[in-house]
Amino acid sequence: MRHAYTWGAILVIVVASVAGDVLLSRAMKQVGNVDELRKRSGLFAVIGRVLQNSYFLLGVAAMAVAFFSLLFALSWGDVSLVAPASASLTFVGNAAAAKFFLHERVDRRRWMAAALVACGVAFLAG
Amino acid sequence: MTFRKYLVLAGVSVFASIGDSMLSRGMKDMGGVSLSRLHTLLAALRDPWIVGGILFLLAFFSAYMTALSWADLTYVLPATSLGYVLLALIAKFVLHEQVTTLRWVGIFLIAVGVSAVASGPELTHAHQREPEPELASVQEER
Repeated sequence: MRHAYTWGAILVIVVASVAGDVLLSRAMKQVGNVDELRKRSGLFAVIGRVLQNSYFLLGVAAMAVAFFSLLFALSWGDVSLVAPASASLTFVGNAAAAKFFLHERVDRRRWMAAALVACGVAFLAG
Repeated sequence: MTFRKYLVLAGVSVFASIGDSMLSRGMKDMGGVSLSRLHTLLAALRDPWIVGGILFLLAFFSAYMTALSWADLTYVLPATSLGYVLLALIAKFVLHEQVTTLRWVGIFLIAVGVSAVASGPELTHAHQREPEPELASVQEER
């Protein structure tokens, strides 16, 4: 039963993280290069611009769901299972989501990197 | 890629690992949390490990947002996955969990994946992409 709870939480973490990552990435691309922006108009202007972005707010909401699922899962399972297992699945999900929703050019090199990292992270859980 | 950018990516990895480990330590103090006792999660906010973990995750979040403002999601995620290697080391030496041969293989695979993505461009959007100076000069020569 404990296992079913843990893997259920991991699934929620993965779906929420992928949604959150894609939304946040889109938000930050809209905001633009933070380093240059800060040089031009200061840190508070940057923070204000980020906080006003609706993709950012949606992304944070999705991340909050992922975070609380993580808190649940960590109270049942080892950090060395929960964190790598959810991260591993999130990598593959993100590579696909980035291609379809963010139109990133996910070439062979990037698929390979995502797959290697996902495998590596899964092995960490073994 | 400037040194500053590498520093931001390193910050993403390190802060996330430390934050997750502190949260794990804190939640172990709490014992199991069940759906019928959701209010115990609020009590978690009084645990110093949890609070410390949240602070580190906030630092992680600012570094992560900064990285996403100048790099692709499919670049930032693998590039910062060295954090999981760090997490395994923290698990072994601080939380005293066991690190098996299989986990060392996992660490190796992650390192290969990170170097694969890190050797490519960080941004692939057609409308934002600028040719790298070396590439541009090579094309001019042709």
